Amino acid sequence: MTPVAPLDDLDPVTLAVLQGRLEQIADEMDATLFRSAFNPIIAEAHDASHGLYDARTGDTLVQGKSGLPVFVGAMAFAVRAVIDTHQRDGTTPQPGDVHIFNDPYDGGTHLSDFKLVRPYFRDGALFCWLASVGHWHDVGGAVPGNYNPAATECFQEGMVIPPVRLIAAGVLNGDIIRILQANSRLPGSLYGDLNGQLNALDLGVRRLDDLLDHYGPALVRRAMDRLRLRAATLMRDSIEALPDGTEHVADYLDNDGIQDQPLTIRLAVTVAGDRLTLDFTGTDAACLGPVNIARSTAIAACYVALKHLFPDVPANAGVLDPVEILIPETSFLSVRAPKPVGGYTETILRVIDAVFVAMARFAPERATACAYGTINALSLAGHRADGSRFVMFSFFGGGHGGHPKGDGLNHGNAPISMATIPPLEILEAAYPVMATEWALRPDSGGDGRHRGGLGAIYEFELLAERADLFLFGERARHAPPGVLGGQPGALNRFTWTDAGVVKTPPMASKLVGASLNRGDRVRLETPGGGGFGPPDQREPSARAEDQRLGYVSHAQ
Amino acid sequence: MSKQASLVIGVDVGGTFTDVFCLDEATGRASIAKVPSVRGDQATGFLAGIRAEVDDLGRVATIVHGTTVGTNALLERKGARTGLITTAGFRDVLEMRRRDRPTTWGLWGQFVPIIPRDLRLEVAERTLADGTIRTAVDLDGVRAAAATLLAAGCEAVALVFINAYANPANEQAAAAALRAVWPTPHVSVSTDILPEIREFERTSTTALNAYLQPPVGSYLTQLTTRLGASGFAGEVLIVQSNGGVTTVPTASAVPVRTALSGPAAGVIACAEIARAAGFPNVITCDMGGTSFDVSLIADGVAAEAPQTAIDFGLVVRSPMIEITTIGAGGGSIARVDRGGLLQIGPESAGSDPGPVAYGRGNDRPTVTDANLVLGRINAERPIGGALTRLDVEAAERAIARHVGEPLGLSPAEAAAAIVRVANARMAGAIRLISIERGHDPKRFLALAFGGGGSLHIGALVTEVGLAGALVPRFPGVTSALGCVLADMRQDHVHTINRLVGQVDFAALSASTAALIADKQAALDRAGVAFAGRRVEVSADLSYLGQTHTVATPLPWQPDQPLTQAGVEAAFASAYRTAYGRVLEGLAVRLLNLRIAVIGVRPKLDLAVLAPAPVAGRTPQLGERRLFVAGSYRTVPVLDRAALPVGALVEGPAILEQSDTTIVVEAAHTARVDPFGNLIMTARA
Repeated sequence: MTPVAPLDDLDPVTLAVLQGRLEQIADEMDATLFRSAFNPIIAEAHDASHGLYDARTGDTLVQGKSGLPVFVGAMAFAVRAVIDTHQRDGTTPQPGDVHIFNDPYDGGTHLSDFKLVRPYFRDGALFCWLASVGHWHDVGGAVPGNYNPAATECFQEGMVIPPVRLIAAGVLNGDIIRILQANSRLPGSLYGDLNGQLNALDLGVRRLDDLLDHYGPALVRRAMDRLRLRAATLMRDSIEALPDGTEHVADYLDNDGIQDQPLTIRLAVTVAGDRLTLDFTGTDAACLGPVNIARSTAIAACYVALKHLFPDVPANAGVLDPVEILIPETSFLSVRAPKPVGGYTETILRVIDAVFVAMARFAPERATACAYGTINALSLAGHRADGSRFVMFSFFGGGHGGHPKGDGLNHGNAPISMATIPPLEILEAAYPVMATEWALRPDSGGDGRHRGGLGAIYEFELLAERADLFLFGERARHAPPGVLGGQPGALNRFTWTDAGVVKTPPMASKLVGASLNRGDRVRLETPGGGGFGPPDQREPSARAEDQRLGYVSHAQ
Repeated sequence: MSKQASLVIGVDVGGTFTDVFCLDEATGRASIAKVPSVRGDQATGFLAGIRAEVDDLGRVATIVHGTTVGTNALLERKGARTGLITTAGFRDVLEMRRRDRPTTWGLWGQFVPIIPRDLRLEVAERTLADGTIRTAVDLDGVRAAAATLLAAGCEAVALVFINAYANPANEQAAAAALRAVWPTPHVSVSTDILPEIREFERTSTTALNAYLQPPVGSYLTQLTTRLGASGFAGEVLIVQSNGGVTTVPTASAVPVRTALSGPAAGVIACAEIARAAGFPNVITCDMGGTSFDVSLIADGVAAEAPQTAIDFGLVVRSPMIEITTIGAGGGSIARVDRGGLLQIGPESAGSDPGPVAYGRGNDRPTVTDANLVLGRINAERPIGGALTRLDVEAAERAIARHVGEPLGLSPAEAAAAIVRVANARMAGAIRLISIERGHDPKRFLALAFGGGGSLHIGALVTEVGLAGALVPRFPGVTSALGCVLADMRQDHVHTINRLVGQVDFAALSASTAALIADKQAALDRAGVAFAGRRVEVSADLSYLGQTHTVATPLPWQPDQPLTQAGVEAAFASAYRTAYGRVLEGLAVRLLNLRIAVIGVRPKLDLAVLAPAPVAGRTPQLGERRLFVAGSYRTVPVLDRAALPVGALVEGPAILEQSDTTIVVEAAHTARVDPFGNLIMTARA
């Protein structure tokens, strides 16, 4: 091994120590919010994230490991939006400021995600930013829980808050909290989550104080720069190991929830030396419905895909230094207000799938076939026998893709998330439903040398008088692809019964407000993962095992 | 039991060594032994360990055992062939987990359930969340499923019905039918083991229990039989993961509660040692070959965790002593990654082949190799006795090649870097359980146990900002000592899941009193003498709408029923402690009620561990070159056993004893306290 260039007075041992300390601060901010949040989307599904960001550019310096992976890329844009707000207004950050906003066009993702951004000062100078993002339970709009497949403008998805100072130089503006609460169906939950995020930021400040007291700001600052350089170097080395060339792929969304026609994502991946280009030219134009995403969200999705393929590269902005991402401004991957973006999860999962398929051709030894590719946001809302209102809102799992080391994981979480699913007993205790099936879905994994993991079957019976049913899903018409000859996983399938008659949504994977009566059932059959490698290379013993265990129901 | 039976023996069987702590209650004398474990045959190592201390087993009144049979069977997937019978529609709950994955980045996770899908069978039955029986259980179906599983060669079976926590009638009826046809006692029923809401956690815990029943049961039977044949007529008790001991029949029936038996015993011993020494707040640090385990003891009480995952997806939910593990042990391998950063672990050479210096084929440097090159370990006197000497030159070559050359450091500097990065990782684990839980490290001592902790503990004190360090008299046999000290526990949990305002507290208090009486009777039946009894009633409570509960001790008085006001006040106090503030005006939900009845075993006077003055024995063993702050200096090597109570040692110095090596850092002074502990604090 050749010696690595010396790091001036910052030795590699101190750097390793500081990396651990900085990551621990972000992890601890995550944990603080998870424990104290009121809303299960943060407390159980960990739909939140925290990190430290560059004072000048907002670039990600350090990110927690336990938060939502997609936020890792998006948060830098949120911090950038606050920096831009200051520049536009001619103001400067003050110690004790906290900006709050959910504008998704500059800050990324969707309106449910509220970002809190706080400057961190040391010796009178801005040292870095701390930020917290969390998915709030309800932010107004037409549909409880904010997954509105019929939205054509963001105003139908929820309130839109631009970056405003919730706390100015340590003085809280309670008016803003009252405005936010007045616009939510769940003002108490909102208040609890907001306080949890403020606690996490306070904790980050205290921990950074301790760290800088011990090591001095100059050394820590240099360590942050070195860690970025290190991520960039590792990424460059990884790219350089790939063969040069260009690969073209396309993948599709079922529809936008308004017009029933597929949306195409085109991607050309080019490897040239130690540079990687992801070019989305040819991708469809902005659509009417809520599967549009902002440019910042699209870049965050590329980041997530690359981090899954190169998991040993540290999670900071350096990952994207040797990567160029080209997104046409007219495409549905780069929209501005007021285009609806509520279903961003479906679109970024498709962007990730496209990157997986293309990259597999460059790096078979790192390849992962596509996972199930939809979060299936299901909402069942109505009233209990005692008249009280209920909203059961959850995301569902599916299979992961086959890979060089083996078959895909059965029933995993989405690549953009580390969320766990609530136990069905908790759902039954909280809502008037009874699960009638909660099982692996045979035959749903794509065939291949290594089979895709199995999706799941979830079926519920309504025990209340009546309820309204909403679904925001995908992959009902375009299955999760395999890679390197592997076959696709099974399509997503959603049905419900109306007095014994089985119904399917006209938009295949999206449904607004179907009416259920007592005894009616809702059934999700989620996609499995794609297969890895040609099916004829699958070991006969593995096929026999699939039969014996019922993962595959028919002889192949 | 003969009148001469005055010995109490603690035995901890680990992967490498079997440790024995022997106390003669008649004379107050204590002695220790350490013998090699016999792989795959713990009972033989166990008997050899006892024989090393006692010729006549008739003199032994009680043997208390910390075992890793259960843990090893789980980690090595060597449990019994096991089947599952469950509610129609739900046989895959065990395999679907909570829809997770092992790592945030990278999607190559794998999970193989311990009960394969073809051995998970369904029967018609359904209970609703409010306890209503929607479909009565099909008992013919249960018997047919049992026949199918037996024909498939199953030795054990788990029975788990959806919502059985809310009403166990269907499940218990099925259990009776199942037991009537199942030829072995290895039937695990979810409402017997964990009558608590959350079907995956309950299924996993019950399934793992069934999986462990045959191996743990047969081991304990073999052990007690062989002890009996050797003339032993006393009681055998087993340490559970919660630090309490139980009887052999209970441990055989619920082996899943012994999954962390040995480590839990170690933490119990640490709590007692620290309390006696006047330090109620300590963080225990156990460094083994592949991992570093830490636990927090605050105000004399070890922190508990509600569940743990033995491996990805292998969830055991049962109250246990919280032990946080990171992959940094003596065998952890050091390497420089592609980006030029020094990394320690998680890859480990373990104890076989072990460090480079063992000369058993590993050529990549480990933390132990670095300690050796720095002079912190004596090459001529390896711990444990399996080797005669360690190969310093080979360790130095490996460090130079894999770490020194890539980083442009001398072998000694590279070794120091390895130790520093390893220390930083261990410090991170300590911060995780202390600072991150709101504990001020300045109030805590680090307490080293196991063979390796004492090498690093001084550096950890400095790195984290702890008050100091405590090295017990016999750190290598702490778990065996813990066996002798542990109390007997009977635990119960059940789900209530109602708003506090809707709970009938008179009825709840009556049923709680009845459960406590049951548990007291179980203690009476154990045939063990107790110095006292303690009852702990606690609840998992949250504000309505929160999903995370706060474990809240309740003010239980035998003649005084629980009240809504009392429970709410207890919750407010616990919530304030956890989060710094309470939320006014919100309804409070009672999820689970927990009961523990504890038989307090007679306490050992730890002063028996103090070194007896040895005439004419000098502590000075010699000198060694130790790498300190960038250069080698000659430092004294002392025989710890020869240091009298009150002795002071200025760092830097090395203390050697049969089961560990202690480094007193340059910044520290060490003194021997009246119990034989070594207390290290910053030099005045």
